[in-house]
Amino acid sequence: MNTSSEATGDVQSTSAPAVVSRVVLSAADIDRALTRIAYEILEANKGSQDLLLLGIPRRGYPLAQRLAAKLAASDPSVDPGAIVGQLDVTMFRDDLAQHPTRAPQPTELPASGIDGKTIVLVDDVLYSGRTIRAALDALVDLGRPRAVRLAVLVDRGHRELPIRADHVGKNLPTSSSEKVRVRLSEIDGGAAANDEVVIEAGA
Amino acid sequence: MRHLLSTEQLSREHAIQILDTAQEMSAVGEREIKKLPALRGRTVVNLFFEDSTRTRISFEAAAKRLSADVINFSAKGSSVSKGESLKDTAQTLEAMSADAVVIRHWASGAPARLANSGWIDAAVINAGDGTHAHPTQALLDAFTMRAHWAKLSGTPSVGADLTGMRVMIVGDVLHSRVARSNVWLLRTLGAHVTLVAPPTLLPVGVEHWPCEVSYDLDATLDSGVDAVMMLRVQAERMNASFFPSTREYARLWGFDDARLARLDALNLKDTIIMHPGPMNRGLEISSAAADSHRSTVLAQVRNGVSVRMAALYLLLSGEMRSEKTPAVAAQPSPSLPSVKDPS
Repeated sequence: MNTSSEATGDVQSTSAPAVVSRVVLSAADIDRALTRIAYEILEANKGSQDLLLLGIPRRGYPLAQRLAAKLAASDPSVDPGAIVGQLDVTMFRDDLAQHPTRAPQPTELPASGIDGKTIVLVDDVLYSGRTIRAALDALVDLGRPRAVRLAVLVDRGHRELPIRADHVGKNLPTSSSEKVRVRLSEIDGGAAANDEVVIEAGA
Repeated sequence: MRHLLSTEQLSREHAIQILDTAQEMSAVGEREIKKLPALRGRTVVNLFFEDSTRTRISFEAAAKRLSADVINFSAKGSSVSKGESLKDTAQTLEAMSADAVVIRHWASGAPARLANSGWIDAAVINAGDGTHAHPTQALLDAFTMRAHWAKLSGTPSVGADLTGMRVMIVGDVLHSRVARSNVWLLRTLGAHVTLVAPPTLLPVGVEHWPCEVSYDLDATLDSGVDAVMMLRVQAERMNASFFPSTREYARLWGFDDARLARLDALNLKDTIIMHPGPMNRGLEISSAAADSHRSTVLAQVRNGVSVRMAALYLLLSGEMRSEKTPAVAAQPSPSLPSVKDPS
């Protein structure tokens, strides 16, 4: 998780000719999807009362910030800085014994705490559902929200757990050998300054 | 990184990874539920052949906060007093399927023997061996210094090192594994270390260490310092006359009230005073210095739990297993971070 985006660029430029990639969401598509999700969240919650957005590192956090900005744009009573947090799930994963160690990211909760709030978990890609399971476990240790909802930019299927997103930017039918890459300017900066979602054919 | 045996071979990258992980671990200590499930079902054995309070409790707290099962073993009251060898003790633990062994031993090199002999399969963490090394103590000292150093410069401590920091290590360097581990780690992190001790309490070959050596505490203080680390006078290892009297030692090399006032006079308002504990108040450190706002003694203990959590986590999850099963672990390449992890 700590690998820099420069490293990503290197890898892609050297191996690029072999990989067939297809842009499925452009920057404008991502923005429209987030705008729709923001309205859906307000509609489902019947307003912005007691609403918190928790992004899952790394790309869920900037998405949560963008959603908060959109909520604030449509509801002036919302302070976008006060409703966004970051929820690290590294220590709650069920695959810690198999994967190379990930560096934990900070967990930052809004000052209001999460007790009695409606939490919207925000992540970039929903795949097996295991990250979300870890996030639910992490939430339990932090407090007792009134309700937990899930918003994702891309749902690519292949669920391994009974988990379903409440708000989906785009459903992407994929084969499990394909790779879905989400690039966001906040994190991938530099060469990948434009937001985009790309499907790469598997090797 | 398979074992944590000393700080000499620890790369800057690994050291900073441990400190950064410890930073996130320290946040857990402030939560309502001070527990993470990361090492659930793993067994950590605390194997202590030498007395210890804070290191053992700290390792125990660290393992328990990560949900590991902890077995405490101390040589007193065990079969070791019936003459059982280290090998047999270790293999007994192996038979009980320990995943990590935290070992403190009076003999230098015992943890390395345990790690490299093939007796056991578990990760070995050195919790202090003889006069050789005490890596987690050095890491927690570095963590404490880094937090202080980053606060002074107003930068985030994650990812930072100790470049430019002037550190003084004062006292019984000869018997101190803490001093040895700190010298190597602080060098790796870019700090400038000066050892201050009576000539009788410096080991042979100290001139080859990556640090300066001085016999004069006051002169070194005058030249400016950002952290003063006082070492314990190890009465249990004072089997020869290393200094004429404890009073003379306290006067020449102890951090007394006069030297505490001297820090203010020298306008070193941000200098911290560190001690690995247990303190001999009145000998190497005065009560006023130990209880002053400069003292980081209790912060060091607090940070010890976070650093040991980080060490246990990094050794017991992922990377450690990857050496045993390279084919499985090498596949999800960490060089492609933007791929949504397949699990």
